[in-house]
Amino acid sequence: MERAASDPLGDLYQQVILDHAKRRTGDQVLQAFDAEHYERNPTCGDEITVQLVLSADGGVVDELAWHGAGCSISMASASVLAELVQGKPVAEVRSMIDSFRELMRSRGTLEPDEDVLGDAVAFQGVSKFVMRVKCAMLSWVAAEACLTQLA
Amino acid sequence: MTPTEALTTEPDLRVSGGALSSAEVARIRADFPALDQAVNGHPLAYLDSGATAQRPWAVLDAERRFLETVNAAVHRGAHTLAALSTEEFEAARETVARFVGAGPEEIVWTANATDALNLVASGIANASRGRGAPASERLALQPGDEILITEAEHHANLIPWQELAAATGATLRWIPVRDDGTYTAQDAAAAMSDKVRILAFAHISNVTGFVAPVAELVELAHAAGAITVLDACQSAPHRHLNLAELGVDFAAFSGHKMLGPTGIGVLYGRSELLQALPPVRTGGSMITTVTMEKTEFLAPPQRFEAGTQPVSQAVALAEAIRYLDAVGPERIEAHERRLARTLVDGLSSIPGIRVVGPAAGEPRAGLVSFDVDGVHAHDVGQLLDAQGIAVRVGHHCAQPLHRRLGLTATTRASTYLYTTDADVDRLLDSVAGVRSYFGAAS
Repeated sequence: MERAASDPLGDLYQQVILDHAKRRTGDQVLQAFDAEHYERNPTCGDEITVQLVLSADGGVVDELAWHGAGCSISMASASVLAELVQGKPVAEVRSMIDSFRELMRSRGTLEPDEDVLGDAVAFQGVSKFVMRVKCAMLSWVAAEACLTQLA
Repeated sequence: MTPTEALTTEPDLRVSGGALSSAEVARIRADFPALDQAVNGHPLAYLDSGATAQRPWAVLDAERRFLETVNAAVHRGAHTLAALSTEEFEAARETVARFVGAGPEEIVWTANATDALNLVASGIANASRGRGAPASERLALQPGDEILITEAEHHANLIPWQELAAATGATLRWIPVRDDGTYTAQDAAAAMSDKVRILAFAHISNVTGFVAPVAELVELAHAAGAITVLDACQSAPHRHLNLAELGVDFAAFSGHKMLGPTGIGVLYGRSELLQALPPVRTGGSMITTVTMEKTEFLAPPQRFEAGTQPVSQAVALAEAIRYLDAVGPERIEAHERRLARTLVDGLSSIPGIRVVGPAAGEPRAGLVSFDVDGVHAHDVGQLLDAQGIAVRVGHHCAQPLHRRLGLTATTRASTYLYTTDADVDRLLDSVAGVRSYFGAAS
């Protein structure tokens, strides 16, 4: 099956996403962490647990770990998230989550800012597939819940 | 071409028996406007009839004709349209009743099959609180009583029984399924006890296509003095069904899975049991005498039909049933059995595909669920959709069964009378490419 640029399926399954779905960053269970949140998508049964470790002063995300089961979109999204937030100030991570949510709700109309979202811009195509937006958001919602616990 | 023109011009069609020919399927397909479209640039291969079936012109036209010419409130009003409306509404009930071997007084309109199963469970909960006594006492549950279901049930035939158990102190138990998601009459006998008051099970599993040993289960239940509740959602649309012959006490099915509209379902109850069942929803249209203190209720089925009913939907469902009858439920079953065999054989021969449910060669209905090693069902469904192939993905409202199978989600292809060999072949071709697309085949 070839994937042309005009292929909507190719927009959804960007190579970055397929790669992250297979070689996952942060897919592990931590024994020590500052916050943990479990999130589930009841329509498809996808589930994820996100664990967050902050710096001693609480200002920086030292590590984001996650484990769960789900489709390639949800797994790749968690992997990209884990890569992106490591070493970032909490405030920046929060605004990153806001930007990602805005992108996911845009139904393909928003041009994402790669400076803010890094590899997560690959999920722009997902926003055109309304039924898959929740898959992409799953780990980000869980991370947001972790930050809320710590606020 | 209407189905009556198409199908009654050949009076031998039903007697001819056997699976539908490809010419017959082509003629049937011409009656279904929704099948004649392109999806994502490909002709639609609709393999999700187990979730909801497409509707023929005859059904769409029947509902529209009713709304354009007759539409009025039923069982009230003195005007001509009200009388015509009531006649059609009750004639529809008779059509449904005949189709499943029941009397019209044994057919209750509900919103859908889930609603019908909830009606039975909630009615029994009410009986257990003493409502409807003394007639309802035979249905009342108390602590120590058992409700027996199977591990393979759709959530709609599980959760209402969990709620009933919680409401009455009865215990919910289940017949465990084997590694392939099926069970035998012996498994059921082993799970049976003389404390069981209700045995509820799916005629055909919406996940595995497994056909329950209904006769044996009914015999077991009745020997223990238990009533039986049949989830007939996947059987009523797809095969000859005679509920009186099967001997079940209650049964539920949905209009939209059998070429009819959404918003209408059917509860069948054996006359004497429906008469014993107290009402669940109360209000207008289900009463004889109302005072400020108390109310006397109508006999079934009206006792269970409070408020405005899905009238145009009932009329359209009757038309759907006439359509199915004209084709012949036995022939539809044979057609789907043949397609299911092709699906099972084809899928089983693709590396990395695990078909759940009865093994190849074992009886199964016309639906097949499968797991693709290394690829989530949602990704499978997405790739198929991009090629115009519509399937269901997920847990199909049967989480405990999936857990038992060691899976969180499967992909399901389900067939109907309009499904072609080409639909099935396209699915098999596409599934063969799934693992390499997602890099799972290496």
